[in-house]
Amino acid sequence: MPDEIHNPGATGVCADGRRAVLRAAGVSKRYILDEIVVNALNGVDLSICDGEMLAIMGPSGSGKSTLMHIIGLLDRPTEGTVVVEEEDVSRMAPNQLAAVRNKRIGFVFQAFNLLARTSALANVELPLVYAGMSGAARAERAKAALEQVGLGDRLGHHPSQLSGGQQQRVAIARALVTDPSIVLADEPTGNLDSRSGIEVMVILQQLNEQGITVVLVTHDESVARHAQRIVHIADGRVVREEILTERIFAADRMKLLDAEENLS
Amino acid sequence: MNFLESVRIAMRALNANKVRSALTMLGVIIGVAAVILLVAIGTGVQDEVTGSIEGLGSNLIFVFAGNFEEGGSSGGGGIAIRKQFTIDDADMLQRRLGPEELVVPLVQGPAILKAGNRTMRSTLAAGNEHADAVFTAEYLGGRAYRRSEVAAASRVAVIGSTVRDRLFPHVDPVGRQMSVNGQRFTVIGHVASQGGSLTGDQDNQIYIPVTTAQRLLGSRDVSSIIVRASDPDKIDELQAQIRQVFTPSFGEEFSVFTQEQTLGILSQLLGTLTVMLAGIAGISLLVGGIGIMNIMLVSVSERTREIGIRKAVGAKTYDILSQFVIEAVVLSVAGGMVGIALGWSGALVLQQWVPTEVTAWAVALAFFFSAAVGVFFGVYPAYRASRLDPIVALRYE
Repeated sequence: MPDEIHNPGATGVCADGRRAVLRAAGVSKRYILDEIVVNALNGVDLSICDGEMLAIMGPSGSGKSTLMHIIGLLDRPTEGTVVVEEEDVSRMAPNQLAAVRNKRIGFVFQAFNLLARTSALANVELPLVYAGMSGAARAERAKAALEQVGLGDRLGHHPSQLSGGQQQRVAIARALVTDPSIVLADEPTGNLDSRSGIEVMVILQQLNEQGITVVLVTHDESVARHAQRIVHIADGRVVREEILTERIFAADRMKLLDAEENLS
Repeated sequence: MNFLESVRIAMRALNANKVRSALTMLGVIIGVAAVILLVAIGTGVQDEVTGSIEGLGSNLIFVFAGNFEEGGSSGGGGIAIRKQFTIDDADMLQRRLGPEELVVPLVQGPAILKAGNRTMRSTLAAGNEHADAVFTAEYLGGRAYRRSEVAAASRVAVIGSTVRDRLFPHVDPVGRQMSVNGQRFTVIGHVASQGGSLTGDQDNQIYIPVTTAQRLLGSRDVSSIIVRASDPDKIDELQAQIRQVFTPSFGEEFSVFTQEQTLGILSQLLGTLTVMLAGIAGISLLVGGIGIMNIMLVSVSERTREIGIRKAVGAKTYDILSQFVIEAVVLSVAGGMVGIALGWSGALVLQQWVPTEVTAWAVALAFFFSAAVGVFFGVYPAYRASRLDPIVALRYE
């Protein structure tokens, strides 16, 4: 049964006795929009286990983006707690959150969000700049991260000189460079053609195999199925969790695509 | 994040918008250049005026009719002078002070000069046989008028260099005739150029005996009495003595100034003028600062997304604040430096027509003021940037 329910959310107990790098318990978020109270999240329990590849999936308006902001430490819950690496971050001030975010979370956005007119290397160095690292060590680490995503030969290129896929890979390198607890990828293939999209998914799966925790946030089932586990969100709640027995491996799709192109 | 990093980020941002950065700087450049230039002119004029007074020698005492010390500055309409000095007063002062000190009664007035078919306006400055102790002119030819000529009210004149050049070009003026206000005079000497002074162009003057001048102007009054002390250390003592001499006949209605006091009053006046000029120039610097604020605000809303990215990867409020403040300061300081260079070269060019002097304090003031403008006008846009919510900023298109 692919739809086997395994919900470590409430207990924080992960499979194989792994620890949870992030635990959200009873998380709610309310906005007041033009005097109307919007309940974006209603008591979400969620654990992200060390080394897993998790997809958070839901249609637009489901509260998935709000949940992403909260587990990405960009926002604070109205109710409930969020614990990252045993540190309660749910009531932290914005500047404290920035420091934890800098250390623990790596972001990959749909729109890449690289700094324009800034070299790939400088873009990847950015989180290290705010971590207070300087000089040669910083450039060295940024270079290593770019090599990890296969862009060791594009260090000096500006975003405008790179393809969409390459830009997203720079963004992945930037997310990796601080050695974070979680790489949080929000619709990472949304702005890419299919080949580049597959390339990006290959890299994310490779990173996950190396032990990096990856969280995909998407509305697209075909993207979500690259993960090991999918958390379905609707109306601000976790409605279903599934452990995938048949995940998609992007590397296989790439081989298929190559074969198709060779045929034609 | 350290300071150097912030400067680097700021430089990169400014470099990315070269034309805009240059135009923004222009406001500060003009402001700072104006401050430097106007202060240079003020200082230059001040130096020249005080220099020309100091050139007269430090041991002079000026005596004027009228009480300038009390209420002189409050009465806007000037001072009512009830009684003027005469040559007799000067003679009396000379007798009381003794022959060591030289007393010169001074008469000044307008003069129209004619020689052949040439006519010019000039000023006459008349004294007695000791006049050269006060005027300290260098004779290029001829001689000064003598005591006998003063006694006889002879129509003899020593002419300044401008008068010589205009009336007697290419010839030796000594012994030649000219008319002064319709009277026939003989030129007995001519003096070297001395440059401008507070009484106007000293070179466009003729020097004649005081008695002759009184006759010419139809008045028995003298404009002032000047005393040259034999020793600068005796100035204070002499000042007291002069007061004693004139108090019985003039009461409070006269004023005695030493060279130092005159200089003090003038420096104060010209100093105020310089500060006023600097203030006017400062207004343009202020306008330049508002320009910086405007551009920084535009820049903040343009770079909302960039701010969101920086915050997402860990920038704190302070990091964003300092980035934008430093950007504004780099703009204003760079503008300040260009402005200093421009104002300085402007002052050097203007030197052909106006005395100018670029002082270290004006440069330092302009520099720090421009930096302060950057901080002051940069803080508000930077504060707005630093307060942006990263979620909103990232979503911004």
